Amino acid sequence: MSAISYKQQWFGNPVRDIVAGAVVALALIPEAIAFSIIAGVDPKVGIYASFCIAVVIAFVGARPGMISAATGAMALLMVTLVKEHGLEYLLAATVLTGVIQIIAGIFKLGDFMKFVSRSVVTGFVNALAILIFMAQLPEFHGQGLMMYGMVAAGLGIIYGLPRITKSVPSPLVCIIVLTGLSMFMGWGAGDNPLLRTVGSMGTLPSTLPMFLIPDIPLNWETLMIILPYSLPLAVVGILESLMTATIVDDFTDTSSDKSRECIGQGVANTVSGFFGGMAGCAMIGQSVINVKSGGRGRLSTFCAGIFLLILCVALGQWAAQIPMAALVAVMFMVSIGTFSWSSFKNIRLYNRSSSVVMIVTVLTTVFTHNLAAGVGAGVILSALFFVFKISQLLHIDSTLDESGEERTYRIRGQLFFVSAGSFGDAFDFREVLTKVRIDVSHAHFWDITAISALDRVVLKFRREGAEVEIVGLNEASKTLVLRLATHDKPGAMDEMEGH
Amino acid sequence: MPNILVCTDGSAYAPSIYDHAAWAAQRLDASIHVLHLVDPHHETASGADLSGALGIESQSALMEELVQLEATKAKLAHTKGRAILQVARDTLAQAGIAKVVADQKHGSLSDSLETYEPEADLVVIGKRGENTSLDFKHLGSNLERVVRTCHHPVLVASRIFKPVRRVLLAYDAGPSANRAVDYVASQPLLTGASIHLLSAGSESTRLTEGTAAAKQKLVDAGFEVKSELRPGHPIDVIGETVKKDGIDLLVMGAYGHMHIRHLLIGSTTATLLRTCAIPALLFR
Repeated sequence: MSAISYKQQWFGNPVRDIVAGAVVALALIPEAIAFSIIAGVDPKVGIYASFCIAVVIAFVGARPGMISAATGAMALLMVTLVKEHGLEYLLAATVLTGVIQIIAGIFKLGDFMKFVSRSVVTGFVNALAILIFMAQLPEFHGQGLMMYGMVAAGLGIIYGLPRITKSVPSPLVCIIVLTGLSMFMGWGAGDNPLLRTVGSMGTLPSTLPMFLIPDIPLNWETLMIILPYSLPLAVVGILESLMTATIVDDFTDTSSDKSRECIGQGVANTVSGFFGGMAGCAMIGQSVINVKSGGRGRLSTFCAGIFLLILCVALGQWAAQIPMAALVAVMFMVSIGTFSWSSFKNIRLYNRSSSVVMIVTVLTTVFTHNLAAGVGAGVILSALFFVFKISQLLHIDSTLDESGEERTYRIRGQLFFVSAGSFGDAFDFREVLTKVRIDVSHAHFWDITAISALDRVVLKFRREGAEVEIVGLNEASKTLVLRLATHDKPGAMDEMEGH
Repeated sequence: MPNILVCTDGSAYAPSIYDHAAWAAQRLDASIHVLHLVDPHHETASGADLSGALGIESQSALMEELVQLEATKAKLAHTKGRAILQVARDTLAQAGIAKVVADQKHGSLSDSLETYEPEADLVVIGKRGENTSLDFKHLGSNLERVVRTCHHPVLVASRIFKPVRRVLLAYDAGPSANRAVDYVASQPLLTGASIHLLSAGSESTRLTEGTAAAKQKLVDAGFEVKSELRPGHPIDVIGETVKKDGIDLLVMGAYGHMHIRHLLIGSTTATLLRTCAIPALLFR
């Protein structure tokens, strides 16, 4: 990428980018705070993370216009680590996540995304929406009707205000109104307030983030503690970032280098870990808001991070007064917006295996609270469904010649371990024949099971005294040449392309 | 048969661009490829909804909206492009150019040049384009990128076409200046014009030898050459000469100085293009 196009990615759309960055920052504040609470850390960790990641990605990311910050998907994976080992181990895990992502980017492992089918992606997104929604429910514990009322009012403002005017961000208005109300009526004051506020959940940032090396022993034991968290974090981070990058590619009708994005995410996470922030990745919802608000370039991501930090540091005291009800309302909006409602509407239209994969992904994720596990289950299941469908592509028919003593069997389709089982059933071994011809020139043999299935049929016919001739075995076993390379014929590989 | 690539956007400079292209085509006996680019400008946004809220199915709704918006803009741009190309074809046909191919493509000029420039022997572009402001303080936004990426000579057309009788060749003994000399000597583009070989700055053996060799090459090719070395800054020296001697065409190597110098001080090439209201033939 040339210097001129890099410059254009920064300054090609300045005014709109700055405005969009401001809108995104205002939407990011409640999210960064809420995701920190989900992970069980101080709100300032999420805010420092969002600032670091957004600013670094603005420089090194490969997808201008995409917003990366602290996310729910990552936060959900950190809960046990924080609970058992504390913040320092989380920061170390963040740095390790960054390193793993950089390595994955260098080795172009992002290309494995192609194994993640659309149903799995939809399942991932739906599961994320459900988990974000569920993470808000504990906030209602021990809070009376007031909480429900405020949340309902908040949602009313968020969804109602855009109908009146679209030039002010409605989540911001919601937060301001509810905070003002809570402060005015004194609902958030005191030790046992009527309405819990952000301040009671932890500290907010009062300074710029400072460089610190996580205070942990640098030994094998530490690595074994953080690695089981860093790996899923890295995988989920890459998955969500590449998915979001594809979505932003579609919006802007431009393409981006996915491996460079992996490296960019890795660098951002590493920096975030060293500045007291948790791991994050690209955010679908915020990127959609960014594009919707007119943001297209790196300046929008940069401004989002900068405005976020400035607002939080400058407005720290007031931010501590924000009632949790306001955050919950905003999180409900994010959850509803993230959920792919059309996938449920269309569940009857799509074929059953896609829907099953999607539902299995959602259920696995919701029950394990681990998005990587859900994606893994979905990928395996979709692969198995595909294999099963291909195994159905096998047709065998036959003709008997005039003398009634010779039969020709024609095999067409894909023969491999799944379909080999039923291969033998297609032949009639009770028939008395002098000669059997098996024509496999339109069949594809994919593995040794297929060859052995054919061998067993041949042996059975020979046992019954019939003479067996196999036609076209060279063509059929070309697909085997890829693996076994024992029947290497010159030119065999060129003809493989034709399959 | 040599081919000339003409980049047009139908702006105020377009008639002059076609005149310059016709002049070059007649001299070089070349065919012309007129290229108009419909640039969707993906780096900018056309609308903005600042509500910052995500409704239900906001992603597909936003996608629909963007596709609709861009489809409407694209269709308008196509119609405008077709009109531009028709004007180009008519102008060039009137000038008597036989082989003219005119088409429009999607993309930005700087990105598309890699595809079209190799097939061309000369590229013609206007000094400014669509975003011209009437006080002519700035050069066209595509100009620098085009000149930097082209491997072939670039003819930058001025506002009005005048027959070329006096040519100023700015010579600094650098590789692009030598390329310019070779081109002028070997191609029939400038036959019949008188050439003023001008160097600015302090004397040096390299410069003296280079100038002598260049003058010899041009004289051998049949040109009437006057060579001169004047002390002073290239921008001032060349600017003065252009005005004083009524030069019709400026030939020089472009963007030769280091990038840092360009960022801090400003490019000599760009300043000269801005201040001298004559066409320029640039070499890399």
